[in-house]
Amino acid sequence: MDLKKDELKLTPDLFEKLDENEKNAEKIAYESKTYFQDAWVRFKQNKLALAGLCFIIFMVACCIIIPIISPYTYDGQDMTNSNAGMSMAHLMGTDKFGRDILVRIMCGGRISLSVGAIAALIALVIGIIYGGISGYVGGKVDMVMMRFVDMMYSIPDMLYIIMIVVVLEPSMFSILLGISISSWMGMARQVRAQVMTLKEQEFSLAAFVLGASKSRILFKHLIINSMGPIIVSVTMLVPSAIFNEAFLGFLGIGLSAPQASWGTLANDARQIMMAYPMQVVWPVLAICLTMLALNFIGDGLGDALDPKKK
Amino acid sequence: MANPILELENLKVYFNVGGGFLKKKDVVKAVDGISLKIYPGETFGLVGESGCGKSTTGRAIVKINQPTEGKILVNGEDITIIKGANLKKFKQDVQMIFQDPYASLNPRMTVGEIIKEPMDIHGIYKTNEEKEKRVRELLELVGLKPDHIRRYPHEFSGGQRQRIGIARTLALNPKFIVCDEPISALDVSIQAQVINLLEKIQAEMGISYLFIAHDLSMVKHISDRIGVMYLGNLVEVGDSDELYNNPLHPYTKALLSSVPIPDPRVAKSRERIVLQGELPSPINPPSGCVFRTRCPKAMEKCSQCKPELKKVKDRMVACFLYDGDKE
Repeated sequence: MDLKKDELKLTPDLFEKLDENEKNAEKIAYESKTYFQDAWVRFKQNKLALAGLCFIIFMVACCIIIPIISPYTYDGQDMTNSNAGMSMAHLMGTDKFGRDILVRIMCGGRISLSVGAIAALIALVIGIIYGGISGYVGGKVDMVMMRFVDMMYSIPDMLYIIMIVVVLEPSMFSILLGISISSWMGMARQVRAQVMTLKEQEFSLAAFVLGASKSRILFKHLIINSMGPIIVSVTMLVPSAIFNEAFLGFLGIGLSAPQASWGTLANDARQIMMAYPMQVVWPVLAICLTMLALNFIGDGLGDALDPKKK
Repeated sequence: MANPILELENLKVYFNVGGGFLKKKDVVKAVDGISLKIYPGETFGLVGESGCGKSTTGRAIVKINQPTEGKILVNGEDITIIKGANLKKFKQDVQMIFQDPYASLNPRMTVGEIIKEPMDIHGIYKTNEEKEKRVRELLELVGLKPDHIRRYPHEFSGGQRQRIGIARTLALNPKFIVCDEPISALDVSIQAQVINLLEKIQAEMGISYLFIAHDLSMVKHISDRIGVMYLGNLVEVGDSDELYNNPLHPYTKALLSSVPIPDPRVAKSRERIVLQGELPSPINPPSGCVFRTRCPKAMEKCSQCKPELKKVKDRMVACFLYDGDKE
């Protein structure tokens, strides 16, 4: 083991001075980027997702602006001009009461989009708290909490959405309640799975060793690191909530007239579909394009937020 | 000698594995009754092959794993039952450096936030300026640039990250650090960097280390004393040079004969002890001495009762070969 001392003689000429560049060995040259800046760069490369995002922004802007600037209101009837076709005065024509379809679709968009967004948000909050606690505490608590989720899953969701809406009278509140109750379980399961894998990672153990409280570890370390997949599933939840709401409207238990969402608009037009097919096409087109755009965004986010696909 | 900063008394950590509906649970005896003392300012090296319980021992000391039996005394206080303000004090005093520098830093926090976190948790500094100043000091202490404070962990190399991890543990001015294989995930060229940093910090701040590793030459270099573990048991404890130059326990001998020697002439002349068989399962360890199934010098007695860690000359050995030695 021992080196023979005389074999290795150190003389000054064996050494050379440290080069100026070496002193900066610890310097990092490139610009610092946060996780979301990095994700944005990757998201922008996906043209379909970017187009979807532009469409949603355009749709939201139209829903806000058009009813304000239009000379018509969503419930202003004009029986002398019912079931009119497309014209400069009514870009999408009028319905059987002579109401401007464009304005009605944009007002319906306000309701449909906000139902989608709010339902997804409620599902997100419940899912994060429920799934986070279940995954982090583990053991018996986890077992009981997850069996409850399984139980909720076993009931067909349309069944209790319809029941809630019928019992509480159709309104924004009852529809939101019904849709959020049916969509938080998937979110909770996903958060739980993420938290369970992350809690064994060394950074959460390190936080524990440093004396961090349970809620600090859960929210500052575990949830934040599982945000990527969670955001993706939230963007996927929005279209399914919009779809559920449209489905309720189409069944005739959506919002009551004269208020309208895309679903109730399609349902109203269905009755006179044979005579005036364009009246069905507009709301259906709005639903389809929005869902398509949201799905593209969800897909793009999935790729952008997953660092392994870098 | 001064009072030990850390004392393990017959520490046992068992895990339940498997089991389920109508199925019996198995018990893994990861750590099966080890006792040792570590003194202030000392580095105690813990070596052994994978799965011998050295990491579990380290994790039990920082309360990640709950001991099944036995006591862990830090400054004379049993930390297995510690609560409230004392627990907070303990968390400040005893810290850990993790094995994998890629997993031990939260990827969503900047370096500044990571190092600041322990200060936030324990409320050591009042104002943000004080914290920021301390973070900069710590970064400089570990050889990084203070303007790295706003960078994210993924922008650093493994060695740099490990130094960030070290800066984080130092933020609380700990008295004792468990180093759980802090260099095994690093390039050989970077290992020396981290080891030198750890030695420098020890010299400046008088911290004690429990250094867990399987690289024997590195452990010998940094440790004052070494403990050798096999299947959850300590088989030999001694001064690092003495133990390295003159191993007594057959397992230590085999372990040391596997260390590569950077001199082909010496390496050729050396006798390599190759152990037969596999490491027995910790679910069902052999009776008596746990090493007897692979020991080249196993005797009748070894299967009947378990050898205790006894003082032999200058060190402690758990082997019946040295039973006659009453010095």
